[in-house]
Amino acid sequence: MIKQLKTMALLLLFTAAAKAELVIDVQGVSQPTPIAIVPFGWEGRSPDEPLDVAAVISADLYRSGRFAPLDEAKMLQKPTDGSDLDFQDWGFVGVEAVVIGKVTQTDENAYTLQFQLFETFSRRQLVGFRMPATRGTMRAAAHRAADMIYEKLTGIKGVFGTKVAYVTAKQRGNERIYSLVVSDQDGENDNKIMESKDPIMSPAWSPDSRQLAYVSFEGSKSSIFVQTLRSGNRFQVSNKPGINGAPAFSPDGRKLVVTLGGINGNPDIYILDITSRQTKRLTTHRAIDTEGTWSPDGRYIYFTSDRSGGPQVYRVSVNGGTPERVTFEGSYNARPRLSPDGTRLAMVHNDRGNYRIAVMDIERKDLLVLSTGRQDESPSFAPNSDSLIYATRQGGDGVLETVSADGLIRQKMASGQGDVREPVWSPFPKF
Amino acid sequence: MSYYKIFAIAILGALMAGCPSTPIEDPTTTDTTYGGTDGADTSGTGGDGMGDGEYFGDEIDESLGTVIYFDFDSSEVRAEDQDLVAAHAIGLTSGSASVRLEGHADERGSREYNIGLGERRAQAVRQMLMIQGVSVGQIQTVSFGEERAASMGSSESDYAQNRRVEIRYTD
Repeated sequence: MIKQLKTMALLLLFTAAAKAELVIDVQGVSQPTPIAIVPFGWEGRSPDEPLDVAAVISADLYRSGRFAPLDEAKMLQKPTDGSDLDFQDWGFVGVEAVVIGKVTQTDENAYTLQFQLFETFSRRQLVGFRMPATRGTMRAAAHRAADMIYEKLTGIKGVFGTKVAYVTAKQRGNERIYSLVVSDQDGENDNKIMESKDPIMSPAWSPDSRQLAYVSFEGSKSSIFVQTLRSGNRFQVSNKPGINGAPAFSPDGRKLVVTLGGINGNPDIYILDITSRQTKRLTTHRAIDTEGTWSPDGRYIYFTSDRSGGPQVYRVSVNGGTPERVTFEGSYNARPRLSPDGTRLAMVHNDRGNYRIAVMDIERKDLLVLSTGRQDESPSFAPNSDSLIYATRQGGDGVLETVSADGLIRQKMASGQGDVREPVWSPFPKF
Repeated sequence: MSYYKIFAIAILGALMAGCPSTPIEDPTTTDTTYGGTDGADTSGTGGDGMGDGEYFGDEIDESLGTVIYFDFDSSEVRAEDQDLVAAHAIGLTSGSASVRLEGHADERGSREYNIGLGERRAQAVRQMLMIQGVSVGQIQTVSFGEERAASMGSSESDYAQNRRVEIRYTD
C-alpha cells in the first residue's frame, strides 16, 4: 500500500533547498497522479527569474504524496501560455494534468505570477490565476498556486502556504540552547523567534496566525508568554507560583486555556483572559489535569487527566461542570488535539509499550494508530484536517514527521538542528 | 540514625569550605552543570562513601546528596532516601537557607503531562521537608518534566537517572 518514492526525484527537487532547516523524505500512496509542472516563463529586466516557481510547486505536490511530477527531461514541449499547449503530447507522456505559467516583472520589485492548470483527457482549463508578488513574497505566491492546484485536483484544501512552529534544543559548548522556530510547512524560510538557555515548551498559534503563546523557563521558573511574530514583541501573561503551562488559544483568540499548578503543585485547567489576565478555574481534581485544548466550536475544553490512575482524555464545558471521560482504549492517552473540522481527536497513545500518535473518530469512537515510532509526541492537525505533524525519534534526536489522517502518506523532515520537537501547524494564511 | 552522621559530615564540610553561616554547603558548589558534552548529570547521590572523610575539602557536594531518584510512575521517596531528605530538613530548620526543589521525569509520554509528574515528585519531597519543620517560605518547587534530562539516552538506566528531584540551595 505504501511505498518509498525514489529519492532521486527528492534530491533533484531539493537541491535549491539544501540549506533549509528541514529536509523532507516522502512515503506516498502507491499510485500518485502523474502531473507535469512546466518550467515557468520569465519576462523581466534581469536574465534570471527571482525564484524557480515551477520547482516550488512541483516540490509541494510531490511532498503531498498524491502526485508524481514528470521529470523535466521527459517533457516534449515547454509552453508558457495555454494557447501553445499540445494536449496530444501530454497525453502521450501519460500525465493527467499540466501546469504552465510565467512570471512577469512590472517594476523594480513588483512581479505578476500567473499559472494555468489543464486536464489532459478533457483538454479543459481547470484554473487560470494571476497574482501580484515581490521578491519577498514570490515563494508564498508559488505555495498559493500549489494550494489552488491541489484543491482543484483532490477536492481538499491545500496547506502549502501554511507555517509550522517548533522547538529545537542544541548543544553549544556545555550549554543547551533552546530555540522557538517558525518556518514554512516545507521547512524553508525558517526564523528563530526566541532563544534561551532555559527550556522553551508548548508553542501554540493564535487563530489569526499572528501570535504564538509558549512556556519559557527563563529564571528557572515556568511562565507563559504571548509573542507577536511580525514585531517580535512579547508579553508575559502568566507567572504564578508553580506550574504555568500548556497554553492553547480559544477560537476567538481572546483567551488561553492554561495549566496552573499553584504553590501546592496540583495542576488544574484554567481559562485565562489575555487582556484582563483574569483566570477562571475549570477543574479541581487532585490528579494531574493538563494539556487543555479548545473544541473548534468553542464549547468544550479537552484535556489530559490521570484521575482514573493513568492519563486519559476528558472534556469539560467551558462553563465548568463535571468532566466527562472521552478515551477508554489503552492505558495511556494524552495531549489531545482536535481536528479543525471537529470530527477527530489526535493524542499520544501507548501502543504495546510504544508511545505513538493515534486518532479517534469522535462519533464512531474507533482509534487508528498513525505513527510507528517508540517515542512519538505532540500531534498537531493541519488546518485542512487532512494530515498531522508530530515529533518522532531518529538516532537519539527528535525529528518531525507528517502523516495523512488515514495513515497512508507519511513524510519525515530530517533536520540539522539538533533535537527538534513540539511542532504545531499554523491556521490557514489570510490573503 | 544515620542522618546524624550525614549532618555532622555536612557541618564539617561546610566549615572546611569556609561557609560558617549555614550548615549546608554553598549552593555554587552543589550546582551541577546541566547538559555537559555527554549530557550526563551525575551529581552525588549520597549513600555509599558517606563515611569517607578524605573527600570533603574538594568534593563538598558529595558530602550530602542533593538528588533523589524515583521509581517508574512513582512520586514516593524511597525508604533509603528518607534519611537524606531528613538531613536537609535539619539543615533548613536550623538556618535560614532556602531551597528550590526541581522535579524531573523521564522522556516517555507527553511533555506537559511529564511536567505534572515532575511537580508531583518535587511536592513529595516538599511535603516531607515541611513535616519535619521546614517552613513554606523556605521551599520553592519547579518541574522541568523531561526537558532537562540528566542522562540523554533512552535506556531503562537513563530513565532511572532522569526520574529525580534535585535539591538546590538558593541563598
